[in-house]
Amino acid sequence: MTLDVAWAVDWTRRTADEVFARRSELNELDRQIGDGDHGENMARGFTAVIARLDALEEPLGTVGDVLKLIATTLMSKVGGAAGPLYGTAYLRAAKVSATPALDAPGVVAMLEAALEGIVARGKATTGEKTMVDAWSPAVEAAVAGSTGGADAAAVLVSAASAAELGAVATIPLVATKGRASYLGERSAGHQDPGATSTAIVLRAASDAAAAHGA
Amino acid sequence: MKKLINDPQNVVAESVEGFGWAHADIVAVSFDPDFVSRAGGAVAGKVGLVSGGGSGHEPLHAGFVGVGMLDAAVPGAVFTSPTPDQIAPAIAAANGGAGVLAIVKNYTGDVLNFETAVELAEADDIEVSTVIVNDDVAVLDSLYTAGRRGVAGTVCVEKIAGAAAERGDNLAAVTAVAEHVIANVRTMGVALAACTVPHAGQPSFDLTDDEIEIGIGIHGEPGRRRIPLAPADDITEMLLTPVADDLALAAGDDVLLFVNGMGGTPASELYIVYRQARKLLEARGVRVTRSLVGNYVTSLEMQGASVTVLRLDSELTALWDAPVNTAAMHW
Repeated sequence: MTLDVAWAVDWTRRTADEVFARRSELNELDRQIGDGDHGENMARGFTAVIARLDALEEPLGTVGDVLKLIATTLMSKVGGAAGPLYGTAYLRAAKVSATPALDAPGVVAMLEAALEGIVARGKATTGEKTMVDAWSPAVEAAVAGSTGGADAAAVLVSAASAAELGAVATIPLVATKGRASYLGERSAGHQDPGATSTAIVLRAASDAAAAHGA
Repeated sequence: MKKLINDPQNVVAESVEGFGWAHADIVAVSFDPDFVSRAGGAVAGKVGLVSGGGSGHEPLHAGFVGVGMLDAAVPGAVFTSPTPDQIAPAIAAANGGAGVLAIVKNYTGDVLNFETAVELAEADDIEVSTVIVNDDVAVLDSLYTAGRRGVAGTVCVEKIAGAAAERGDNLAAVTAVAEHVIANVRTMGVALAACTVPHAGQPSFDLTDDEIEIGIGIHGEPGRRRIPLAPADDITEMLLTPVADDLALAAGDDVLLFVNGMGGTPASELYIVYRQARKLLEARGVRVTRSLVGNYVTSLEMQGASVTVLRLDSELTALWDAPVNTAAMHW
């Protein structure tokens, strides 16, 4: 199977729905170790993304077109650290997805590009209690799945599960990047909000693929 | 938490609109993208100064737009950095042909969004130089943090670099003056109670009635440690000592002593802090030759204060004394 533009649009809408539903949870996670507005910022960004999708007069031609629309909207509407980081992730992902549909290696390339963009912008590595701690295991799981012959939807299931585990695994970490690093040791014991929203984004991709294939 | 607001989503826009009307002789307000610039526009041949950051720190930054200080200020959502599509047009509006200095507080979001905006402005052939203010000694500047935060010392950078630009210094010289201030200014803050972001509706961290938070930033984030409430003189010493030590202040040094309110602490208490900080500096043989006390870099209605010390030389003193006409600072 391959994942086409309709899947990408469905992924985007599911991401928005889940961000809206879990806005308070993301705010609360951010309140513990940041400044309490991650859910608010993500919701503002995806509200604008959905408005732009709804206003389209003609359907977009490639998966990359959908991702680029998200990238430019998040960069101009979100602010904070999340805006440039997610914006860059979606922009890099868009560049390698300029095709009407993605197969399993295409999904892997998209996820790898997103992670590379986040690392280039934020200069974080794994273990620093950031969204990289969800993205990185997700990419590893996707590579393993694709290499083992999994189809595009199964690759996304693996990536989403790895991202969720990665987000939970940030709880004991001491932050060394981003605003939580100001807390030093006190940042341990709290789940990173950016890693949590990453898991939301990737689970939405996986759910959309499951619905699409059915 | 009671707030004097309408829709939480419109807090920044409505506040900036009112600000623009109240100070129409000094500033002009642009919407969509939102930024504040000098009334009358960029000054031809003068280096432009742009700053910005999350809202909620008023009068920073828009209150410092005017003759002798900033040319443009970019307000983000409350405690959220502005976006590149706001910052880049503000840089263009501040450009009088001699280039623009961007003054950025060291917060991850501010730095990332300004970086992107500067790339956009440079693509339009505007010469831009950037300085990162990182005066907060509460944060260890190490590989293990995002680096020291930019807090109240930003006011000193904006005032003094603004004066240098106003007297006709070129972009390299204004940048050097700003870096000189950054190298000589340090701050540490305390919160007695947290603040409440309008759309969040609950305090940004939890403090009981008898606890205070030492080493806070200005975005409602918690600080380095939590201790029981103590007399003002003791708390002041906890703030001043790391600042003075980090600057390696010596007998005979001249300094500016700046006690900044976080928004919810009365002026009378700020002067109690100032009194003790001054005594402690004089006990070290340091001369307080310039002073500033008041709410300049706030965190909404947070109760608390920060102590900033800037080591002065004759040039910095002269630039500090130079005339300034903004909504929040005027002499």
